[in-house]
Amino acid sequence: MEKIVEKFQFIFLVAGVGFFVLAFFVSGIVTVNAVSDLPYTSLDEISQDVSPYFTALARQYPDQFEKYYPGGPTSENYREALNLGRNVYIGEACWHCHTQQVRPVANEDVRFGPVSTAAEQQNELMKPQLMGTRRVGPDLSRESGFRSNDWHVAHFFNPRAVSPVSVMPRYTWFYDGRVPNKKGLAIITYMQWLGSNVEQQ
Amino acid sequence: MSVAVQSPQKPFINIGLVKSHIIVGFVFLVVAMLAGILYSLQLNNLYPFVGIELLSPGRIRMVHTNGVAYGFILNVFLGALYWVVPRLTKRRILSDLLGWLIFWVYLFIVLWAVVGILTGHAQAVEWGETPNMFSPNGSILFPIDTLVMVGLILIAIQFLTPIFQFGSKQPMYVSLWYFSVAFIWVILTYAMGNYLPEFIPGAGGATFVGLYIHDLVGLLVTPLGWGMMYYFVPSLLKKPIWSHAVSLLGFWGLAFFYPLQGVHHFIYSTIPMFAQFGAVVSTVAIEVMVVTVFINFFMTLRGREIAPVTNIPIRWFYTGMIFYVVTCIQCAVHVQFWAQEFIHFTDWVVGHAHLIMFGTFGFWLIGITTDLWPRVLGKKNWWAPVLHESVFWMCTIGLASMFIGLTSAGLVEGFLWKGLAPWEVSLQSVKLIWLFRTATGLLMFAGVLLFIFNMIMTAISPEQEHVGAASPVASPAK
Repeated sequence: MEKIVEKFQFIFLVAGVGFFVLAFFVSGIVTVNAVSDLPYTSLDEISQDVSPYFTALARQYPDQFEKYYPGGPTSENYREALNLGRNVYIGEACWHCHTQQVRPVANEDVRFGPVSTAAEQQNELMKPQLMGTRRVGPDLSRESGFRSNDWHVAHFFNPRAVSPVSVMPRYTWFYDGRVPNKKGLAIITYMQWLGSNVEQQ
Repeated sequence: MSVAVQSPQKPFINIGLVKSHIIVGFVFLVVAMLAGILYSLQLNNLYPFVGIELLSPGRIRMVHTNGVAYGFILNVFLGALYWVVPRLTKRRILSDLLGWLIFWVYLFIVLWAVVGILTGHAQAVEWGETPNMFSPNGSILFPIDTLVMVGLILIAIQFLTPIFQFGSKQPMYVSLWYFSVAFIWVILTYAMGNYLPEFIPGAGGATFVGLYIHDLVGLLVTPLGWGMMYYFVPSLLKKPIWSHAVSLLGFWGLAFFYPLQGVHHFIYSTIPMFAQFGAVVSTVAIEVMVVTVFINFFMTLRGREIAPVTNIPIRWFYTGMIFYVVTCIQCAVHVQFWAQEFIHFTDWVVGHAHLIMFGTFGFWLIGITTDLWPRVLGKKNWWAPVLHESVFWMCTIGLASMFIGLTSAGLVEGFLWKGLAPWEVSLQSVKLIWLFRTATGLLMFAGVLLFIFNMIMTAISPEQEHVGAASPVASPAK
């Protein structure tokens, strides 16, 4: 009887299933529950307010914009560009070198802007979350309006052209020749959205 | 109750499966290390494939991390399990056919996952970037996570059946405790980490990502690793483990505290603070348990202190254990809030990850292969046992210097960031350390290539007489 702790049934059920489920509830479910009453914003709601930077892209690259987002800077096109931009951000693993969270320590609010809150992250573009765990480059959660569209166009094509010591890779496949293509317009739209839902100081 | 079923046609151990998993594991190790070196070249602005979409550094980085976890570590562990589990349960594995099915399906999944990642369908879950259909950038062509789930269930059926048949009627040896839980933990962990974050936004989703990152190490690789140590160390030293009671303490401590700590990957994030405090407390608690396991193994060495010098597998194992305890003590310190303020997001964490994944589990798996490879080939010894010395020191010096380099880079970055230096300054300040890191990576890579060269020569060269570090054939631990 005292050897029951060394038998399969006990170990499998208590350690294997029991302790995992316990931790799943204590760490996971309780935490999710704590933020679950914060209002959630869907992509449809986000794209209602078309960003002026998206409109500006339509003016700056009229041929490219008409080719990839026919109909001009409408809500539908804005939605499509935001979604594609976020997908490119995931697929290229931008989130391995850039974070999307400003912590309340280490002078991060001085460097990047207001400290991140759980409420601002309850939206469809943070599903899956892209908070990140490593910063080779700076945090991007307050990126909206920090740089111009032109800066982003030059930067994605060759980061060293505008930031000489940057170690960011070149993303030449965001371009048709030297003008941004569908992915390029989308990732810039997404960059210019990040943090636009937060009150800036 | 029953004795070993051993029909004359079917050997007790399926050597083919052991061999195949080890071979494929080391092929993926080469691929994954190559990917890591390529990515480190990007940080030096020396990346050779600029402007090639399919070889974008960001995508290559995911091949590195996933290749190590799923390609190398799990494959070699599976090979070793096919060797160890029948000996400990006195039974053959459930089915040879199932074994080969798992082998080929698993190989296909890993290769297809690499294709999915390189074509930009990765999932935004750290260490779980294997493409998922439900991810916003997912594709119906790459339902990798679902396939992996099926594969993990098959693996669990394969190994848990003999363990259940043996262990439900009598007490099991320590290794089997760890194996019993590892297979169910990985199924639960994988399902949690790869599906829930796609449906839960922001802080809630981050909780599960944190749990996943942590549990993949803690609830799959760690229990398999310690289970192997509890088998290989006593069988190579030919003496029992020092204390059975301390084994119990180590196992139950790991099982209780490990699953509770995932949130410590997101200290000072938007995840509610009570979850962060809880994770830090349980992280410190588990380090106490780690020390008990460490003591147990080093007391086992008592009277055989010369073994790590003369016996190469034992040397790999104990060096790995020292790196393990360094990692764990480091973890108990840097998980603290005051340390997270500086070292979170820096290269410190990258150094920590390399120390545990290569320094501990990589070393243990190389040690296991050092012991098993001549035996599965039916040879008496390696082609050139003397090469093991070079491999060991190349890997150890390479890894230790990489760890020291990345740790110091992390401190430089952390303090410059807090000091509000321009971002570019933090890049320029660690430039030389990043170059040094590539060099240390190349040293480790050369060591591994030398080991693989020795493996190949052992396989193809005819049997000959050797002198030197011949390890005697181990008997089952019980």
